[in-house]
Amino acid sequence: MSGATTAARELARRHRVKWWEPLPWAAAIAVFFLFPNYLGFATQVLVAILFALSLDLVLGYAGIVTLGHAAFFGAGAYTVGILGLQFGWSEPLSGLVAAAFVAGAVGLVSGLVVLRTQGLTLLMLTLCTMALLEQAANMGAAWTGGFDGMPGLTFKDILGLFPFDPIYSRSQYLYALALLFCAFLFVRKLVYSSFGRSLTGIRENVLRMHAVGAPVRSRLVAAYTLSAALAGLAGGLFAQVIGYVNLSVLGLDRAAGILILLILGGHGQLYGAFVGAIVYMVLEHALAQAYPTTWQLGIGILLMAVALYGRNGILGMAQALRRKLSPRAAREGSP
Amino acid sequence: MDALGVIFGGVAAGMVLFIVSVGLSVTMGLMGFVNLAHGGFAMLGGYVIVLSMRHWGLPFVAALALAFVVVAAFSAVLERLLYTRLYRAGELDQVLFTIGLAFAMTAAVTLGVGPETQTVQLPAWLRGQTDLGFFSYRTYSLAVIAVGIALVIGLWLGFERTNFGACIRAAVDNRAMAQSVGIDVGRLFTITFAVGSGLAAVGGGLGAEILGLDPNYPLRYLVYFLIVVAVGGLGKVTGVFFAALLIGILDFVLKIYFPKGGTIFIYALTLGLLLWRPRGLFSRKTA
Repeated sequence: MSGATTAARELARRHRVKWWEPLPWAAAIAVFFLFPNYLGFATQVLVAILFALSLDLVLGYAGIVTLGHAAFFGAGAYTVGILGLQFGWSEPLSGLVAAAFVAGAVGLVSGLVVLRTQGLTLLMLTLCTMALLEQAANMGAAWTGGFDGMPGLTFKDILGLFPFDPIYSRSQYLYALALLFCAFLFVRKLVYSSFGRSLTGIRENVLRMHAVGAPVRSRLVAAYTLSAALAGLAGGLFAQVIGYVNLSVLGLDRAAGILILLILGGHGQLYGAFVGAIVYMVLEHALAQAYPTTWQLGIGILLMAVALYGRNGILGMAQALRRKLSPRAAREGSP
Repeated sequence: MDALGVIFGGVAAGMVLFIVSVGLSVTMGLMGFVNLAHGGFAMLGGYVIVLSMRHWGLPFVAALALAFVVVAAFSAVLERLLYTRLYRAGELDQVLFTIGLAFAMTAAVTLGVGPETQTVQLPAWLRGQTDLGFFSYRTYSLAVIAVGIALVIGLWLGFERTNFGACIRAAVDNRAMAQSVGIDVGRLFTITFAVGSGLAAVGGGLGAEILGLDPNYPLRYLVYFLIVVAVGGLGKVTGVFFAALLIGILDFVLKIYFPKGGTIFIYALTLGLLLWRPRGLFSRKTA
């Protein structure tokens, strides 16, 4: 009796807001007041969190290992850039909608093609899709600025009220934070819905999901498309807050970087994106410029250690620690 | 450059890709382990060759042999100590670990030797041109091609005609069954991993003229190695051989005739090939 009802109770309670969940947002608002000179960097962290969140949806929940997620980030970034530079469309919110839409479309088409495969083949197909987009952006220099990219993008005021602040990035930070919050609410709702649970089922045991009649393929494609749209949103946001788009938004460095960041923080955990982005980018900002080679050595060893000794990134290690210290708390479950 | 010269250049590049990637294909097929640090072993081999020739005056062939032995031993130690812990782990932890290892190797080499590109001083008998009767070409490239062909024949014989090769093929096909018939799979892994990394080391040194040699080598060429392995098929030596030739020739030709964005064809071709034959060029099933 106890096993079934405890599990049922836990499932019904999972989506309830836990006491510590407002903390990251409170901290983000505190950062706005405490670190006014670092808001540009902080905005970059927010963009990375959004991007990593989109990757977590497809990687942590649906179990699709992809090295090509920057394809959608770049699609969103270039959409905003092209709209701004070629069509003179610089209204930020609608630009973001367009970015998400275009990236989602790319995700839908590539997902339909690519999600027929698994394992290394799938990984390589996602990589090739991204590389193809990168080469296309390079060759279509008339539209994309090619290797030099599109510098000097400017945008109208957000909602007509809040101008972009090029020096202190105040409005950019709050804009990004608001966007991240909305996107996070969406992802959280999605993950706790039955759609989200079916994704976990597909990740853990796809044969059984087929056996119970779940529409596996369409779920995967749907998750991939949604994730692509979110990544496109992050890319569009990136273009808007930084005012510059070039090929690096579509490169393997960016895709691998966000993958590392997410795995470091902990995938499939909703907040892994937050932890990974903050830890990685703060460390990088503090150390990489001063000691670039030592930084690379350090991060390499850190990644190896987390992979060897952590079950699932930093969050996974924290949970394992919590389970060891307090067995009762552990039963409350993770996000 | 005339057509024959271009083809030979592409074949030489393909051979280098093959020598480096064959180890990756076999270990991925055998161990199911995603080793993104494989290029790092190739790089280490190249550096062993360069440094031993420069500081100890070793002749080229001896340096190649030394690189093979040193890197094979190093990788065997790494495998026993670290890699074994991740065989049960998911793909993501393996990716995280091997990318971290690649970073660490790059940084260690930068700190130890320096960030500059290194060049291999070819011995006198490898420089210049050789006259093949109908056509004369760079001796070095011909030597690389010869080594590649010898290697694929040797590996094929090893896989098909020796007991050890049969054990590897058995473990690739069905590890549990192979263990049930008494094959020591752990030892198989270590030896195969060591030999594969040693081959990569030789490839890194031999190919230094074609692919270059600098601390960023592991991650720069990772995509090419992965493409060759994915298109060739995991654990299929002949598949990797032809995939490497294909990619090598294509890349070489494209660099000459479409220097700006020619690589788009390689990615498009890989996409197409992988959709048509997801398990590799010569796999039995199509999906």
